[in-house]
Amino acid sequence: MNPKSFEYHAPKSVAEASSLAEEYGVDAKFLAGGQSLIPLMKLRLLSPSHLIDLGRIPGLSYIRDEGNHLAIGAMERIAEIARSDLVRKQCPILSQCAHQIADPLVRNMGTIGGNLSHADPTNDMPAVMVAAGASIVAASGQGSRVIPAGDFFVDTFTTALKGTEILVEVKMPIGPTRRGAYLKLERQAGDFGIVGVAAVLEMSSDGRCVAAGIALTGVGPTVVKATRAGEILKGVELDKNTIDRASRAAAEEAQPSGDLRGSAEYKRAMVEVMTSRTIRAAARRQTER
Amino acid sequence: MTKVRVSMEVNQQMRDAQIEPRLLLVSFLREELGLTGTHVGCETTNCGACTVLLDGRGVKSCTVLALQAEGKKVTTIEGIGTAENLNPIQLAFWEKHGLQCGFCTPGMILASYELLEVEPDPDEKVIREALSGNLCRCTGYVNIIKSVKYAAKLRKKGMRGMRKGAA
Repeated sequence: MNPKSFEYHAPKSVAEASSLAEEYGVDAKFLAGGQSLIPLMKLRLLSPSHLIDLGRIPGLSYIRDEGNHLAIGAMERIAEIARSDLVRKQCPILSQCAHQIADPLVRNMGTIGGNLSHADPTNDMPAVMVAAGASIVAASGQGSRVIPAGDFFVDTFTTALKGTEILVEVKMPIGPTRRGAYLKLERQAGDFGIVGVAAVLEMSSDGRCVAAGIALTGVGPTVVKATRAGEILKGVELDKNTIDRASRAAAEEAQPSGDLRGSAEYKRAMVEVMTSRTIRAAARRQTER
Repeated sequence: MTKVRVSMEVNQQMRDAQIEPRLLLVSFLREELGLTGTHVGCETTNCGACTVLLDGRGVKSCTVLALQAEGKKVTTIEGIGTAENLNPIQLAFWEKHGLQCGFCTPGMILASYELLEVEPDPDEKVIREALSGNLCRCTGYVNIIKSVKYAAKLRKKGMRGMRKGAA
């Protein structure tokens, strides 16, 4: 099983990659780790005639503590994020999510930039980015711009990136009052999840939730931001009644469709269960510190 | 289609070839270099029979372009031991019956190799997680886990490069 023939390009800079994309237009695809793209090309669901490999551009793999956020280079491997002490300490939700993506071998090749720009509605990272209010840095030959994660995921396999833009960095907010968790219900190890829920809570010193972001994996054409669920948690104590109401709201906000992993009704019911568990897990993270 | 040059270090030997860009790493290893110890199982990134080490990290070589390994170090099952001089992990799989048909074994051993380099004394949970990208349809995994634990013990004793008979 081989991909269809293509011409291979290995640019040495983001600007060069961007100008190649401009030259070849819709016939070109960017290659990051290839863990989603190569399977699609082998199945001939995608057959770009030009492949622009970002793997030889120096300086795109890093994790840096920038005070109020972690800056993560687009070509950083999921496995490096999963094993990073800095991420585990400063941004446990990201660490927890990275550990749940595919399997260890796929994580060794797969990158955070590839995961996000592929925009598969069952990919796990988008929900974490949306719940946390992360920012995505896109660059081209003409400079760069910052896109809020909430505006980045447009539709299935479709992002706000223009054809000549490359995702170069993710800015993940961190801070002592933020607590997050990502939980995923999966049929078997390494499979895509049935439902995933990311919850990020901003807590005040008296134990109230000041702000909350909830986002859902696998239950819509792209990641679903459960805005009403987040609103319900805002400004109150996280008691059982509040968490139950927020979880029901998230289930209502989900847009699941039935497939081999379950019916739409089942997935909606699981969103409620998983949202409740995820909010509790995030809140517990706070008390453990 | 125009061929391009690729060069990489395979089992501590520099190798290069003119290849089609679409050539997968597993095909490069098996068909260009004749290293057929790396197996092709599912071809869909599920089974892990094609696992090799790329700069020391396990990857599914059916889902990596040969060109993505340009300038890197690749280790296959042929690179970690020979029939006369087994790697402790190979010996452990033999001793503890960590295989039946053997098709998944090269991948299991290389994934275990990466694990033991990072975590020399893993417990069962860690072993199961590390091997979760490698499928075995014969053993039920129990003996594979025993094998990895035994391999950890052999490595701790500093046993490297031994004959089966000498163990």
